[in-house]
Amino acid sequence: MKVRVDVMLKTGVLDPQGEAVRHALGNLGFDGVEKVRQGKVIELDVAEGTSEEQIKDMCEKLLANTVIENYAIQVL
Amino acid sequence: MKAGVIVFPGSNCDRDLAVAFERAGAQVQMIWHKETELPTDLDIVGVPGGFSFGDYLRCGAIAAQSPITRSLIKHTERGGYAIGICNGFQVLTETGILPGALMRNANLKFICKPVGLKVETTECDFLSGYAQGQEITVPVAHHDGNYNVTDEKLAQLRDEGRIAFTYTDNPNGSTGDIAGVISKNRRVLGMMPHPERCVDALHGGTDGVAMFRSLVDSVVAA
Repeated sequence: MKVRVDVMLKTGVLDPQGEAVRHALGNLGFDGVEKVRQGKVIELDVAEGTSEEQIKDMCEKLLANTVIENYAIQVL
Repeated sequence: MKAGVIVFPGSNCDRDLAVAFERAGAQVQMIWHKETELPTDLDIVGVPGGFSFGDYLRCGAIAAQSPITRSLIKHTERGGYAIGICNGFQVLTETGILPGALMRNANLKFICKPVGLKVETTECDFLSGYAQGQEITVPVAHHDGNYNVTDEKLAQLRDEGRIAFTYTDNPNGSTGDIAGVISKNRRVLGMMPHPERCVDALHGGTDGVAMFRSLVDSVVAA
């Protein structure tokens, strides 16, 4: 069973990397990019029957730092 | 006074930290991260700087799940002393022993230089050798030292006098210019600058000496 976890900085947490990417896009002539947020995608291949609860636990304990990050789980 | 220094794969300030403790009069032992229990007679545990587990996932995130770190959490819950420097600070925030999180520097650059710090409190056995408001110079060397806490948490840290040091000229975008914080029981200190790199005049400064000495003195006196 494949699971995809998206980890993004929480709204309100300044994202210096996203900001640098936005700047670079502007320098390349792509106008009108108002905001860029950079996060990560983690793909897991887990045993069939792994519960969403267990995946949530993985996110809380390791995959995301919930002080600054949110996560979204998607079973593929 | 017995000190232990945890060594993770990728730690690189562990020996400097051991020397700093030794010079202050502590007996030091190095503890490999695969050990499951810390020796029970340790007064203080040091979590050194470096790049534990290659900074994979997030700085300090994998080290925070190491077996020895579970024992470190128990040690701090028992009221034991601990200090986390640089990557060690990142490990302590990842475990939740200290609040907040360390993010990428605001200018996205690795910063390696001596910086000015202001001592914000002396009510802590690590800091009693300094004067309140004293300015000291300590080197930083990090890519992810941008301390992030919520406004509420920042207010709480200020109310409780738990900000150890602030930068006199913020190099990394850190909230409230924070360079180091202490735990609620005032026995755990986490900081991005490296006091263990300034305990010998030949290395460019000795402003870190007072920290290790005051800690050893308080433990020995207790």
